[in-house]
Amino acid sequence: MLIVTATAVVVMLLIGLRRSYVGTAATTITGLLIATIVAAVMLPSTEAQVTPLLIVDKYSQFFTLVVSALAMFISIFSFPYLFRLNDNKEEYYLLLAVATIGAIVMVSSNHFVSTILGLETLSMSLYGMVAYPLHSKESAKYPLEAAVKYLVLSAVSSSLILFGMALLYAKTGTLAFSDIVNVSPSLPALSDNYSIIALLLIFAGMAFKLSLAPFHLWTPDVYEGSPLPATAYLATVGKAAMFVVLLRFLVTSGAMAFDSIAAIFSLVAVLSILLGNLLALLQDNLKRILAYSSIAHMGYLMIALIANHYVTGTLSVEAITFYLIAYVIMSLGAFGVASVISSSEKEFDAISDYRGLFWREPWMAGIFTAMLLSLAGIPLTVGFIGKFYLFFAGVESSLWALLGVLVVGSGIGLYYYLRIVYRMLLPHQADLHYREAGIESLSSYGVLVILLLLLIALGVYPAPIMTLIQSISAVI
Amino acid sequence: MILIVLISILFLGGLLAWISEIFDPAFPKVVAIVTVAVELLLMLTLLGGVEAGSPDWHAAFTAPWLPRFGIGLHFAADGLSVLLLILTGFLGLIAIGAAWNEITERVGFFYFNLLWTLAGVVGVFTALDLFLFFFFWEVMLIPMYFIIAIWGHENKNYAAMKFFIFTQVSGMLMLISILLLAYFHYVQFGFFSFDYFDLLNVTTSGSVELWIMLGFFIAFSTKLPSVPFHAWLPDAHSQAPTAGSVILAGVLLKTGAYGLIRFAVPLFPTASMQFAPVAMTLAALSILYCAKVAFAQTDIKRLIAYTSVSHMGFVLLGVYAWNEQALQGAVMTMLAHGLSAAALFMLAGGLQHRIHTRNMAEMGGFWPRVPRMATVALFFSIAALGMPGLGNFIGEFLALLGAFQSSIVLTAVAALGLVFASVYSLWVIQRVFHGKYETGKVDDCHLLDLDNREMVFYIALMLGLVWMGMYPQSFLALSAGPLQDMLANSQQALQALVQN
Repeated sequence: MLIVTATAVVVMLLIGLRRSYVGTAATTITGLLIATIVAAVMLPSTEAQVTPLLIVDKYSQFFTLVVSALAMFISIFSFPYLFRLNDNKEEYYLLLAVATIGAIVMVSSNHFVSTILGLETLSMSLYGMVAYPLHSKESAKYPLEAAVKYLVLSAVSSSLILFGMALLYAKTGTLAFSDIVNVSPSLPALSDNYSIIALLLIFAGMAFKLSLAPFHLWTPDVYEGSPLPATAYLATVGKAAMFVVLLRFLVTSGAMAFDSIAAIFSLVAVLSILLGNLLALLQDNLKRILAYSSIAHMGYLMIALIANHYVTGTLSVEAITFYLIAYVIMSLGAFGVASVISSSEKEFDAISDYRGLFWREPWMAGIFTAMLLSLAGIPLTVGFIGKFYLFFAGVESSLWALLGVLVVGSGIGLYYYLRIVYRMLLPHQADLHYREAGIESLSSYGVLVILLLLLIALGVYPAPIMTLIQSISAVI
Repeated sequence: MILIVLISILFLGGLLAWISEIFDPAFPKVVAIVTVAVELLLMLTLLGGVEAGSPDWHAAFTAPWLPRFGIGLHFAADGLSVLLLILTGFLGLIAIGAAWNEITERVGFFYFNLLWTLAGVVGVFTALDLFLFFFFWEVMLIPMYFIIAIWGHENKNYAAMKFFIFTQVSGMLMLISILLLAYFHYVQFGFFSFDYFDLLNVTTSGSVELWIMLGFFIAFSTKLPSVPFHAWLPDAHSQAPTAGSVILAGVLLKTGAYGLIRFAVPLFPTASMQFAPVAMTLAALSILYCAKVAFAQTDIKRLIAYTSVSHMGFVLLGVYAWNEQALQGAVMTMLAHGLSAAALFMLAGGLQHRIHTRNMAEMGGFWPRVPRMATVALFFSIAALGMPGLGNFIGEFLALLGAFQSSIVLTAVAALGLVFASVYSLWVIQRVFHGKYETGKVDDCHLLDLDNREMVFYIALMLGLVWMGMYPQSFLALSAGPLQDMLANSQQALQALVQN
């Protein structure tokens, strides 16, 4: 984390001294790379509570690694995307680095103060990233609208979380997750309704950030309006960090012990899966499809979260962890392909833009197809193993109704993923002109290949990472 | 080890075929046909080798894969698997032959998909770890989807999508069932395992067993297919390119039947016995209903597709009668139908290639124009309708004979299917080849007779059917051992239940 902070500072100074796009990007990427490596090296080391606010255990180390790696990949994707932006483009990397600090704080927090700190750092930077290509003429269609929408709704959700925290604090006098345990129904000191309301406020705020139905309304618009790398950041780092917080909070505080909360969670899961998948059917815009599909995927994850309450053992935490990894790999891959094809001057985000891609750029289309099939949960890809984990967690806790919804949702999901694949298979249309890829895109291709290899390696032989996840999940 | 080789040859061959297109568009089909020929030869060697200790297993391989869940790479082939493997290899060759001149665009990718489908099928027929089985079950779908979606006919997107969603959703129900079974194994024995032989020991109580069994049954009877899960098949068949139809009808449908014989019944003997009357009723319904629907078709490929469903009804009937004769009948029907349906789809595809229509109303009087083709068509129609002396007769006769022992009424009803089969088979011949030839009705400038290359494939298929019909013992002997074992196991389970 210190390294990421240092990166941000260095980037800021560099921009102050001399504006050099290549230099800024390279510094950011290097900094994030070092952070990733350090996190990987430190993974086996013992855990430590750093101040009451942050916990550095294997789980947070693992997600620090994931978040820094993701941020690094996204900065690599951003490089060609912003390359021809006719504006100051250096500050984008500053925002990205700061957002990453926020995300790392979130995955390491087990205290409400650090949660809010991390969350706000992340969100504030994201507003900037979403609105970034504001002054360019033919940029993403509605960056300002998206940013304002995100700003307002995100502020509302943050205030909901704060209000819930305040209510809890008023009764328990503590903000640490582990002490909130006192709100569980076994203690008669609190009236049930009071704590339920407080917990629900917090949960509603978090659900906003995770875009779970019925708090999902902002998602498609913001996804559509933002520049592609920012969307990718929002969809991967933003969601993964938030989910880790939610998981840690629920597991340590035992909030699921209230029947009504468990029921509401199930309802939210069902709504997210069904609404996400059904509404995705109606979209013609790639970003909107991915937005709705991310709503559905968050709903799938909720199933494992609910399962966690019904059985002892770490299987459901492992399921969540694995699925989060799978989810970030495949969505980053999908956004990555789109952003490599697009640039800040012209985004290709209607699915008709992808017609004939298979014959024009077979590698791009092949990677894209693999990512989409993985999102649909087809074997040989990491998405399949992820879904297998979710199914297993659901079966173990006998959540039949939710599993039924999962099957229906996946069935519907197939349709819109295959629709995109089918578009790419159609004969090529001559009048579609993609951006000519210059030398600046080379590294993005590299990242896509890495993601593809990860996707297949984890889909075919996931045993090593399974063992790793099993060991890190034990600490939660 | 040889089983691993069998699967990897196909995967690698597929990649090689794709890559070789860069050098010359003619290479992929050569690569493909060499790969499959080698594959078939290797499969034939399976007939000789017998693993020490167990007389029925011709080859086996085990290695850990995902130890966290007790999932292993467990491949093994007994007589039943070997028969179906050889069918797969043989029809693989035939399919490449059918595609030889028909596929002219994106050749490399086509053969890549074809070989990967075959690899998935080989995996399905040999996997004895349920997770592994499911893995291959899904692996064979995607390339098939591409085959239909890219090289299919006018309505390919709809057909490919329908095929994919039907099989995928039903597959997910099976996944839940597999997981449940593994979970019960964990509860009863204290460790996770997806291995077939471990899961055979799991005992589940009445209604739970029925539900788990239904997950398997739905997945397999969608693939088979049986009424009411058959709706995807006519579309998929009529839209797929000829080679795709050959693989679909000849091999992919058989994976459903194989799943029923290998997994659905042995894993859940009690529930299956309770469920047998329902399954057999569905089978009889499939036979009659689809024969009737076939009669109403004007699209020749849809007609053959419906007859496939009708014939697979005999397989379902045989499996759920669950005695040796019926099971042998089911296996023979699978093999014989694999050959006859493949041939009929090739003929239909050949006709479409020549006159650019599948509409039988526009055909008629082709016999003088294409005498070889007409003769071949007559032969396979007669085979399909169950003429004694050919493979299909042996299969359907044995299936009915076995089924007679468990349900006289249903067998009598199902036997009516044989009558319908004669009607629609001969009707097709009459519509297409007999009558007076009217010029100008179809675009007939390419209406040429079968060439020698095509004749080779048809004659190979004919010889296969005649062999099955004249000397079925050579096939029955191979599958007898495994089937008897399965019967004995389920008998034991049933007796144990009665004693308790």
